[in-house]
Amino acid sequence: MSIWEYANPLKFLNWTTKVLPWVAGCAAVCVSVGLIWGFFFTPDDYRQGSTVKIIYLHVPAALMAINAWLMMLVASLIWLVRRHHVSALAAKAAAPVGVVFTLVALFTGAIWGKPMWGAYWAWDPRLTSFLILFLFYLGYMALWSAIEDADTAADLTSVLCMVGSVFALLSRYAVNFWNQGLHQGTSVPVATGERTVADVFFVPLLISMVGFGLMFLALVLLRTQTEIRKRRAAALIARETT
Amino acid sequence: MLPDLGKYAFEVTAAYGVSLVLLAGIVAISWRQHSVARRQLKEIEARKDG
Repeated sequence: MSIWEYANPLKFLNWTTKVLPWVAGCAAVCVSVGLIWGFFFTPDDYRQGSTVKIIYLHVPAALMAINAWLMMLVASLIWLVRRHHVSALAAKAAAPVGVVFTLVALFTGAIWGKPMWGAYWAWDPRLTSFLILFLFYLGYMALWSAIEDADTAADLTSVLCMVGSVFALLSRYAVNFWNQGLHQGTSVPVATGERTVADVFFVPLLISMVGFGLMFLALVLLRTQTEIRKRRAAALIARETT
Repeated sequence: MLPDLGKYAFEVTAAYGVSLVLLAGIVAISWRQHSVARRQLKEIEARKDG
């Protein structure tokens, strides 16, 4: 059986209905454990004081804001190449979730930046590219709403998604490219494994990151189901009226 | 019950408060839209079959 058969709308509804409660349950447990552990049971940092507790929200939200866009890019490419409607709907479904993660990262970053940098905002390469990514999210959602024909909307938003991916990647690697600005480089480099975060902070951070990832997955599955049902309902209504 | 957040109490509680409201908001909206779409499709399919 081909993997693409799972992208059949009916099959997608069937298997995601079975999987969704487990993903949502694991997400709720991981997010709760990560945030409660981080907020209540971790010590203050010797330099940052209690503001270090913001890391359990800021890092997972920023990570998922970028990953959500990259997931939308993959789904958009699948739509453009293979014309699977579910992939276009999954990209559409992911955008509002990504925008919320981006907002959380921007807000927590600003409120963390004031006591640490002395400013809520700086036109630093990483922050600026992240803000542009946020604007791309809004533009992407607006474009879906503005075009009546679903296939045309999927085509145009896919192109927009490819353009916006530049800023998704820039917001992750801007520190490496320009080596300037206030924002530090990644504290948890996956490639080298040389993290700068002590275990006492890292373990709840890791749980929170897993939780945000699962939360994203659960919300995208739920919202994709919604989009499939809305499209099916619209098709049936159109058939009734003709 | 709350940990001693020292002079950064406002920053930390505001970060958690606003973030949790935003996250709860997207969960609630997604769930609501899901329920409405499922009910409407069921009604349309029932009308079609009946």
